Amino acid sequence: MSLRSPLGRVLGLGSAKDGTAHWWAQRVSAIALIPLTLWFMFSLWALPALDYATVRAWLSFPLSGFLAVLLVAVSAYHSSLGTAEVIEDYVHSAGMKSLCLLSLQFVHVLVGGAGIFAIMRVAFGS
Amino acid sequence: MSVANRPVHRPLSPHLQVYKPQLTSVLSILHRATGIALSVGALYLATWVIYAASNPTAYALFQGFNTSILGRIVLGGWLFCAFYHLCNGIRHLFWDAGYGFERTPRRASGWFAVLGSIALTLCVWGLIWAGHRA
Repeated sequence: MSLRSPLGRVLGLGSAKDGTAHWWAQRVSAIALIPLTLWFMFSLWALPALDYATVRAWLSFPLSGFLAVLLVAVSAYHSSLGTAEVIEDYVHSAGMKSLCLLSLQFVHVLVGGAGIFAIMRVAFGS
Repeated sequence: MSVANRPVHRPLSPHLQVYKPQLTSVLSILHRATGIALSVGALYLATWVIYAASNPTAYALFQGFNTSILGRIVLGGWLFCAFYHLCNGIRHLFWDAGYGFERTPRRASGWFAVLGSIALTLCVWGLIWAGHRA
């Protein structure tokens, strides 16, 4: 006899209540990061220099500015998912775990948001 | 304290320390370690574009660290982390799809991830350094 309700069984969710959402999001963002990372490495090599003027001109070019926003956003998201998994594995006390997870989420949104805002400031002229 | 309330110390399943390190387990640990390093790297990437959005003096200071010997080593380390996490991440995606679990492909793909990421790091690091020195 199963103690699970028919609704619980049909939803396919375990005790964590969110099924495979975290796992799936981690894979999707990983796949998105493959071309973005390769593009970024290529750009670092292809740019004649990495000084102030060159980097700003590069970020002002629509396609590279757009891809840079995506790179910062997706890497912050993927990093947020990954570091949350590390905390869940190694921090066992409930209070400390919540505090770490919350802080990490705040840091990732702050840093990701600041990075995106910075690129837009360069691209659209401050 | 009554017997019922006494905390029970049940035996835990054996963890890392009881196993002999193997290629697969070492690479798995390295995947997580490089992932943590890359999280800090993502923060540094955001710092870079924030400096690019600020003034030339502040950016020059930041770029001064990047072009120093220590900066080159740190950035080179991140480059290796990125390539290793990328190569081994692709290996993980194949596993997720259900391929490559047998002994031979598991070992071959592991060595491919290690050697591939070292080769890519040396090539790209050398190319970027050589390209930007002139």
